[in-house]
Amino acid sequence: MTTAVDKSRPFSNIDSEQLMRMFRRMVMIRQFEENANDLYTRALMPGITHLYSGEEAIAVGVCEALRPDDYITSTHRGHGHCVAKGAALDRMFAELLGKEAGYCKGKGGSMHIADPDTGNLGANAIVGGSMGIATGAALSAKRQGNGRVAVCFFGDGALGQGLLYEVMNMAALWKLPVIYVCENNLYNEYTHNSETIAGDILTRAKGFGVPGVSVDGQDVQAVYDAAKKLIDSARAGGGPQFLLCSTYRFTGHHVGDVNREYYRSKQEEQLWKTERDPITLFSQWLIEQKIADRTRLDQIKSEVETEMKKAVQFAMESPYPAVDKVDQDIYA
Amino acid sequence: MPETREITLGAAIKEALVEEMRRDPNVFILGEDVAEAGTVYKVLSGMVDEFGKDRVLDTPISEAGFAGVAVGAAMTGMRPIVDIMFGDFIGLTMDQMVNQAAKIHYMSGGKWKVPMVMRATMGATRRSAAQHSQSLHSWLCHVPGLKVVMPSTPADAKGLWKTAIRDDNPVVIFEDKMRYGLKGPVPTGEYTIPFGVADVKRLGEDLTIVATSSMVEVALDAARQLEEYDISVEVIDPRTLWPLDEQALIASAKKTSRVIVMDEGYARFGVNAELASVIAEGAFYDLEAPVKRIGAMHVPIPFSPPLEDATVPTPQLVLEAALALCGKS
Repeated sequence: MTTAVDKSRPFSNIDSEQLMRMFRRMVMIRQFEENANDLYTRALMPGITHLYSGEEAIAVGVCEALRPDDYITSTHRGHGHCVAKGAALDRMFAELLGKEAGYCKGKGGSMHIADPDTGNLGANAIVGGSMGIATGAALSAKRQGNGRVAVCFFGDGALGQGLLYEVMNMAALWKLPVIYVCENNLYNEYTHNSETIAGDILTRAKGFGVPGVSVDGQDVQAVYDAAKKLIDSARAGGGPQFLLCSTYRFTGHHVGDVNREYYRSKQEEQLWKTERDPITLFSQWLIEQKIADRTRLDQIKSEVETEMKKAVQFAMESPYPAVDKVDQDIYA
Repeated sequence: MPETREITLGAAIKEALVEEMRRDPNVFILGEDVAEAGTVYKVLSGMVDEFGKDRVLDTPISEAGFAGVAVGAAMTGMRPIVDIMFGDFIGLTMDQMVNQAAKIHYMSGGKWKVPMVMRATMGATRRSAAQHSQSLHSWLCHVPGLKVVMPSTPADAKGLWKTAIRDDNPVVIFEDKMRYGLKGPVPTGEYTIPFGVADVKRLGEDLTIVATSSMVEVALDAARQLEEYDISVEVIDPRTLWPLDEQALIASAKKTSRVIVMDEGYARFGVNAELASVIAEGAFYDLEAPVKRIGAMHVPIPFSPPLEDATVPTPQLVLEAALALCGKS
């Protein structure tokens, strides 16, 4: 287990309004996932879904450092990235339920939410599948001189895909404004990454001359601070950057992955949940620094709960797409 | 008839690319050895001088990587042309083409577009052995969301290329590597050729040969020989495999009642099989005989010249098949 969040952090580079927005976003992600799990267990959601609970500080910390028009690419565990980049909860739930009102008209589902309005190039169900896309978006940004950057979120499992090394090489050669954000939650699906990752992760980036930084992925301010530096550098022409975030997913690989003691112990999970919950840690810090009191934080949670209920209800009441839409949107 | 001049297939392709890159600053080329080298077959020679290295971008030997970069660039306002040196290498790009480029528009409910073109080669008999000689275009025809273009003449190549670059979808163009030097008439003025419109390369009454790319010339050669047997052959080139001009193929089949389909991919499970099915389903009651497929022999392409030559359809093979179909063998 990595070090605890630095509770003695005397001050923050982030103003209190922004800190509270970050807290709210983290709570939104957690509650979104709790509702998604609830919909799944009540058999109201088709298919399965992969929950981001436990990793909220990464999506929120990174996206808080982005401009609204910056690009992101996301993964099969992508709800957190969508929310952090500003997606609307009701349309996200509608997509999870395969409804016409969803972000992708129900054609994408949980693993493919995309939204041009928030710069979300799409979640990708091929592990590592979006690394080329993010790098290409960065190439466009550079060519168009619009000052945008692209963030490519991926998990430690994607370190096994050769595509990363191909595109990181090109991004370095062409000095593209792309930030590769590795969410190392220790498990490639049902296998501990000690069995899948040889050598050191950051050295992979350094081998291409890509600056890399390692950060505690449970500490949203640490993620923000690190991401901000890398994003600013990429935006200023410093080329690609690599951010390695150590984290943990609190639930299974997907919602149906319930009996998982064969690959990780309940004690390990419990320890992360009690000692390293990014929302608990951030709450404690906000209270200690007198930025907010417990009542205020509880009030935010309760406001988000109300929002969630409305969003779920919207999705539940929304109609499915008409069957004749099945062969639309194949070609532009 | 528009004014034309004789230029090679390679020159016609380059003209299309140059004209479109002058017209639209978002169009750029990326791939291996595209800049100063102008590609292996020199089709792009000199383009880097006019457009610079940013728009004629040499990449590392990373087909999956630069195909993926093209997908992302296409989604965000550019119109990339991805140069895949040999069609055999599309295997390296398949996730980017099949799971990314082809599906992004659909998966996003029509929100993101991927206006990119991939160019690759097909065709055997260059003595390049099993990994530089295949015709694998049917793989991409199988995937909804992609368009697949197979020009057979310089004029078609230029017009279809311009349409491809302006298309808002991922388009894959397969060029016959053996025909870059062959000349044909090409209109001098600006023109495009729409996708999904077959071209009758020769009118006939007794037998239809549907032929693609490299097989069009083989079909025309056989058709000339078949005149001696009083068999009048119609040769139709679909030009684009998807979208496919099914009605033109069916109409010709109904007219002649006998059909050979020819594509240099493998005869089975591929373009030949699809063309034969379209005609069988659309013209069955007008046919005098089963549709005959002629494609590459179902073997890896061998190196040794006599072996390689035996894998590729020839005019003689078509002649024999045609005589059999017409009851004259």
